[in-house]
Amino acid sequence: MKILVCISNVPDTTTKINFTPDNKSLVTQGVQFIINPYDEMALTRALELTETSSGTVTVINVGDASTEPTIRKALAIGATDAIRVNAVPHDAFFVAKQIAEIARKNNYDLILAGRESIDYNGSQVPAMIGELLGIPSVSICKSLKLDGTTVTVEREIEGGKEVLTSTLPIIAGASEGIAEPRIPNMRGIMSARTKPLTVVEPVEVSPHTQVVNYDKPKPRGQVNLIPVDNVDKLVELLHTEAKVI
Amino acid sequence: MCVLVYAENAGGKLKKSSFEAISYGNEIARMLGVDLRVISIGEVADDELKKPGNYGAKKILNASSEKLKIFINQAYATVIAEAAKAEDAKVIVLSASFSGKGLASRIAIKLDAGLADGAVSLPEVTNGFKVRKTAFSGKAFAEVMLTSDRKMITLIPNSYKIVENIQQAEIVNFDPVINDADFKMSVKETVRASDKISLPDAELVVSAGRGMKGPENWGMVEELANLLGAATACSKPVSDANWRPHSEHVGQTGISISPNLYIAIGISGAIQHLAGVSSSKNIVVINKDPEAPFFKAADYGIVGDAFEVLPKLIEALKKFKAASA
Repeated sequence: MKILVCISNVPDTTTKINFTPDNKSLVTQGVQFIINPYDEMALTRALELTETSSGTVTVINVGDASTEPTIRKALAIGATDAIRVNAVPHDAFFVAKQIAEIARKNNYDLILAGRESIDYNGSQVPAMIGELLGIPSVSICKSLKLDGTTVTVEREIEGGKEVLTSTLPIIAGASEGIAEPRIPNMRGIMSARTKPLTVVEPVEVSPHTQVVNYDKPKPRGQVNLIPVDNVDKLVELLHTEAKVI
Repeated sequence: MCVLVYAENAGGKLKKSSFEAISYGNEIARMLGVDLRVISIGEVADDELKKPGNYGAKKILNASSEKLKIFINQAYATVIAEAAKAEDAKVIVLSASFSGKGLASRIAIKLDAGLADGAVSLPEVTNGFKVRKTAFSGKAFAEVMLTSDRKMITLIPNSYKIVENIQQAEIVNFDPVINDADFKMSVKETVRASDKISLPDAELVVSAGRGMKGPENWGMVEELANLLGAATACSKPVSDANWRPHSEHVGQTGISISPNLYIAIGISGAIQHLAGVSSSKNIVVINKDPEAPFFKAADYGIVGDAFEVLPKLIEALKKFKAASA
């Protein structure tokens, strides 16, 4: 069984976000980069699946050389090998096209990605890859089970979930619930250094979108603290000031 | 040329977020000087199907063939893409619902269209086509320029007010060719708590965390929610401990919401939780720890024990409702 897991290199959640003076990019100095949490869940599920039926898990990342430490982390967690497409991830379309290009040449049985990255919050890449390859996609996948070549997935819907089945190949965007992420052990960390990490050049793709400005939300003012013995005041403020009730 | 909006339905009724997308699309159509058209897919009754006409739609395409009764994203993407081509839609809008996100992405590839996902406000169309959306899990906004010929937007629920605009809308059947290959994935089972208010679409949300000490204490949280007509939500530890269903977990790895009012009870306000709720228009924090980080992100706060404050808040609300009845 050949599984491809798409990973992206994102700033840690707890990072303070600051932008360059032109407001077009993130200030990366002092920022800790990690594997996108949803991608980590995807990788873990892939490893669980290949443990029960032998197979390989290839991780793929679209990024410049600065993403390699993150890719090595994925190898340390247990991926078999890695591919880095040597390009800055301009937008979701660009990334999806690069990954689809690699996937087309390699006949993966299953492709997993995170449902969205915590920096761009796009939720586009998995379904875009699915459309480019002409395979079914599940964008917000909470559970994925395999039975031979039949896959059963659960996707999130408002107030509940839906259970779907398909034959392979499919692509799923991993969401919470699909797997508990693993901490790499010493052996994993040691072997990560020698596992293959192949760098390939990107294919020519014109992005469809461009971020022209980033800004931060205006901070909320000082909180209006209401004394515990005057809860009526809160109700009044919610009615007259906030106008929400 | 037109703006085309996909009006998602749940159980044959058009969703609130669909009407928001229609009003949003209507305003874009007005800005561009083109018509607004709407497409509905699945089994939707005539009187329901007419409703987009009250919010600006001049034409409503009804794709109600038997094959399309159940939502399958590949097939629905084909239908909407075909509609966009048939109607020469330059802008296509969907709600950023759970179904909408994947659907829009597939359509974007079919139409070679740039997709701005998770828009929070109207696009700027005077100098190019620029859309504002949230980024960095709610810590920032990104303005995205769409450089493709056709443009697509998914709109965050509860970000745009529904505005009446009564038009004489014609309803036409739409029955494009769909390949069997589009139905490779099929639905086995749908599990939906239909009596509850849908959390991602809710205007008012009451949320609680570990401060409630155990699932048996949630009666008060639900009572407060019922009084307000609010949806219920919870923090990650509560969801992980199975005190509440996973569908209630709001946060970075849960659902992101942007209600008009978010009441957080016994939740400290870790960054991962804030990522899910920072777009809320008004945040009320009830926590017995005055140092709880959530107070820094709140509009209103009460420092107090949930077990003391909640009954008082419930009483105060009952009094308020009785007085305004």
